[in-house]
Amino acid sequence: MKKRRLIMRSIILAILVAAVAYTLYANFMKDHAQKVAVGNQAPDFVLTDMQGNKHRLSDYKGQGVFLNFWGTWCPPCKKEMPYINNQYHQFKDQGVQVLSIDIQESELAVNQFIARYKLDFPVMIDTDKEVMTAYGIDQLPATFLIDKDGKVVKSTTGEMSEDMVREYMEKIKP
Amino acid sequence: MAALSSNLLFSAFILYLIATLFFGGSIKAKKDLNDTKTTNNWGKIAVFLTIVGFISQLGYFITRWIAAGHAPVSNMFEFTTFFGMALVGAFIIIYFIYRTTLLGLFTMPVAILVIAYASMFPRDISPLIPALQSYWLHIHVTTAAIGEAILAISFAAGLIYLVKVIDQTKSNKKTFWLEFVMFGLVTVIGFVAVSSIFAGAGYQEKFNWIDKHGNQAEIEYLMPALTGPHEGELLTKDGFKPLVEMPAIINAKKLNTVIWSFAAGIILYALIRLILRKRIGAALKPLVKNIKLDFVDEISYRSVLIGFPVFTLGALIFAMIWAQEAWSRFWGWDPKEVWALITWLFYAAFMHLRLSKGWHGEKSAWLAVIGFAIIMFNLVAVNLIIAGLHSYAGS
Amino acid sequence: MKDVKCECGHVNPHGTVLCEACGKILDEEEKKKQLLDMRYEGSARRSQTYSKTIIDKIWNFFSSVKVGVWLIVITLIASILGTILPQKMYIDLPPEVYYEQEYGWFGKLYYQLGFHDLYGSWWYLLLIAMIGISLVICSLDRVVPLYKALKAQRVTRHEGFLKRQRIFGINTLVNQQDIDIVKERLKQKHYHVREENGDLLAEKGRFSRWGPYVNHVGLIIFLFGGMLRFVPGVYVNENLWVREGETALVPETGEQLYLQNNKFILQHYDKEKNKTFEKALERAGDVVKNYQSNVVLYKRSGEKIPGEKPKLEKVKDYKVRVNHPLTFEGYSIYQSSYRSEMNSMTFNLINKKTEQSFGELTINLQDPKEKYDLGNGYSVKILNYFPDFEFAKNGEPSTKSRVPNNPAFIFRMTAPDKPKGETSFVAIRQTIEPFGDNTYKMAFKGIGTKNVSGFTVRKDSSLWVIIIGGILFMIGVIQGAYWNHRRIWVQHKNGEVWIAAHTNKNWYGLKREIEKVLEDTNLGNPEDQLQSETTDKEGV
Repeated sequence: MKKRRLIMRSIILAILVAAVAYTLYANFMKDHAQKVAVGNQAPDFVLTDMQGNKHRLSDYKGQGVFLNFWGTWCPPCKKEMPYINNQYHQFKDQGVQVLSIDIQESELAVNQFIARYKLDFPVMIDTDKEVMTAYGIDQLPATFLIDKDGKVVKSTTGEMSEDMVREYMEKIKP
Repeated sequence: MAALSSNLLFSAFILYLIATLFFGGSIKAKKDLNDTKTTNNWGKIAVFLTIVGFISQLGYFITRWIAAGHAPVSNMFEFTTFFGMALVGAFIIIYFIYRTTLLGLFTMPVAILVIAYASMFPRDISPLIPALQSYWLHIHVTTAAIGEAILAISFAAGLIYLVKVIDQTKSNKKTFWLEFVMFGLVTVIGFVAVSSIFAGAGYQEKFNWIDKHGNQAEIEYLMPALTGPHEGELLTKDGFKPLVEMPAIINAKKLNTVIWSFAAGIILYALIRLILRKRIGAALKPLVKNIKLDFVDEISYRSVLIGFPVFTLGALIFAMIWAQEAWSRFWGWDPKEVWALITWLFYAAFMHLRLSKGWHGEKSAWLAVIGFAIIMFNLVAVNLIIAGLHSYAGS
Repeated sequence: MKDVKCECGHVNPHGTVLCEACGKILDEEEKKKQLLDMRYEGSARRSQTYSKTIIDKIWNFFSSVKVGVWLIVITLIASILGTILPQKMYIDLPPEVYYEQEYGWFGKLYYQLGFHDLYGSWWYLLLIAMIGISLVICSLDRVVPLYKALKAQRVTRHEGFLKRQRIFGINTLVNQQDIDIVKERLKQKHYHVREENGDLLAEKGRFSRWGPYVNHVGLIIFLFGGMLRFVPGVYVNENLWVREGETALVPETGEQLYLQNNKFILQHYDKEKNKTFEKALERAGDVVKNYQSNVVLYKRSGEKIPGEKPKLEKVKDYKVRVNHPLTFEGYSIYQSSYRSEMNSMTFNLINKKTEQSFGELTINLQDPKEKYDLGNGYSVKILNYFPDFEFAKNGEPSTKSRVPNNPAFIFRMTAPDKPKGETSFVAIRQTIEPFGDNTYKMAFKGIGTKNVSGFTVRKDSSLWVIIIGGILFMIGVIQGAYWNHRRIWVQHKNGEVWIAAHTNKNWYGLKREIEKVLEDTNLGNPEDQLQSETTDKEGV
């Protein structure tokens, strides 16, 4: 009788504590939640670059993809673009592709930016922020490293140094 | 229609005043207040006048509704008058349960004060902003006001209890706090008095001032400015020069009104004390000598029991339904919402203390007084000081 | 830890104060009192009897009403703290800036203490959670013994029990007829009357005793509903801005729903048309009458991956207004705000001296062209476009964002007499000619604006749980507050007839009811022992 009561109480308390703990944990984590986490399959997308070529992520299976989100107005983006361009030339023959996605800007602004920084990799505009939404991005620049199987190996936000860019591309080399 | 409406409200106000006098008479003329089967003629007239006044105010409410096209509970004046009306209505109901005119003597002055206080706000019929255009709003506001009014009856009963039970022969903490409550009520009269006097005299003065963002703005005072606005420059000729200038983050105009009200309250209170030559609580004591304590205690508790579900429904549940429709979330931690929750938590604690700790009688009466103070704070301070989504655009 | 057997034969759990069946006092302490404490019928609250293990100790802690009241009071005070300054969701600046800027050192302290997000803080959540735990345990600990005690009660009660009821009276010389009359009257008054050996127990409104427990269950369900929000996917709360004429993907709908904004409408009250509001409008100035977005909701058909043009099927036309959200498949779209955005700028290419115009051009600020040909050899090329212009730290012109809040251009103007072109920097109310004196000028002519509607997209699958909780709470509160549990005992003791009565509240009503029931019988009205006990101190 006494034992049964103790078990009952323990079970009820355990349920209550678990519920509270979960709530506190979820409340704490809601600010840190990531939509596309490391190890996930990278969401597929298709966009047209400034030359009119279509790029579909899944077509790059077998290669590593360095996926960069940016805007012409964002200062750290301006800084890291030349580094990415340099490393792109180093790695493009080793099976690493750079796809760079501008968020919802005018073609004029993007074209002028490409011309100014002499970018050679494909640049696309995410006119409806669909890809941005799919990747759950709220800060620019954001970079996703996707391996040859289409899995996210790493994601990072904020400015990158040239060394970091090199290291990242090394990581996804097939 | 609008003019008729105002006249009806005014007659209601006068009727309530006369009814109060008759309630006083009924106490003087009656020996045993616990004998609930008979009410003397004074009492009958008082109750009759109260009911006529209530019907008249109901007439105000309906005619104003017709004139405005929406239920008149959409600004500070309308809501507060409605609260006063609900208070009278709640009293009438409780009266017919317990048949004690003494309760009227304590409730009616509170209702009168509430209505007088309401009339100090702009009385124009105002249009509804989009968020307020919902019948849920009207249901929410009226139910909440009725709930609060019933809870306020418990304050009146609690006050009777305290006046009776507190020993006035020597001064102590209890007599002090009871006087403090009395002083609070007197201060409301003070506010009404100074507002009416300056409004009657048509007093106004204008200032140019600099707000906290460094922008220049113009502000109009309706009372002589004791506390002037930040870097205020008096524009009105012969206007009263402010005694002190306030920093930009303080609302100098509201502070000025508060200071005037308290000054008037203190003067009034001092006058009353001078005339009575004793504490207000002590002066009221003879009025309550024939009532039994546990009878008043029961009225007080009963009012809480009746009022609490109504308050929950109106101030929380209907409020949530409306908020869900208007703002897409049923709860948003807006100050007014939080204060409704605080009121609710307070009365919940009250009932638990009463049920399980046996806080009957005097403790319970004090709690009823505090509860009313919270309701008043929610009505007055949260609307005027802590601005939020609910703050009615008054000045 | 043994159960207690009462002389009436009923076996009570350990800790029982009053025998569940006959009401005999089992606790010596209670015998000294003149009136019984009838809370929980004197049943054994389990929490008070076992406190051996840690689990029992925690259980007992939460089982105490005192602890519950303290939790309520602490929550109440904490809630007050959160209303002193606006919470972070009601401010339009970053909190680290806002509080100090608006409220000085006090604001800074308020922010540092975390009070800017008080209601989302872990400790506030913990307080609410502890109230929840207290609700569960307090209720469980009381409702079970109370139920058992009320179920076990017998008609015939112990003398000590009856004597110590608040309402109690003794009658001698009673005939059975009167008792029968009383019995009939009690039945008429909807009492459930039980009879045993000529003794009566009349009872009504017992279900009101369950009110508090029903409302506690309601509250627990309500809190559970609030907790569900933290489960991913249950609760969606997103902002969506859509320009007039554009179609946007509604976020968090699994790329299913698209919203086209045809027109945003803002209406004000008109003083002339609404004479009733004339005075109020004169005092308050412009008052908004309506915020409305005329929208079309689309649903995507077929598969698609992000970036592809979706195939859309129209679901419905709707006018989204405040208080009238568009709802579809559990999603609600609310009109929540709007802004006006610059959409286009129009310039004239003129000769500065003669002010002769060589053509007009309108630049779409969302999608400017590279070159505008004005004919007759005149053309304008945009060398640089800064939608949200500012001078960067190094002095270079740059843009703060992609939103055209403050557009600026570097133009090259080509004319037959200036085949190489002239360069000019043009911003709002500002023209800079970096290479000296130009012949031509881009004269500003006007701007076009476009409204952008702000929507809130909401899905709340936990809503129904909260609704059920709320309804149950209301039922419980009403059940407990508007009904009373009344019991009247009419019993033969020592050749006399004893009348005792108890109610959980509203004694006044009970007394009046007894008066009515006993009217015109030989039975005298029982006395209210509490009232005779506490006669007024001053002596009337």
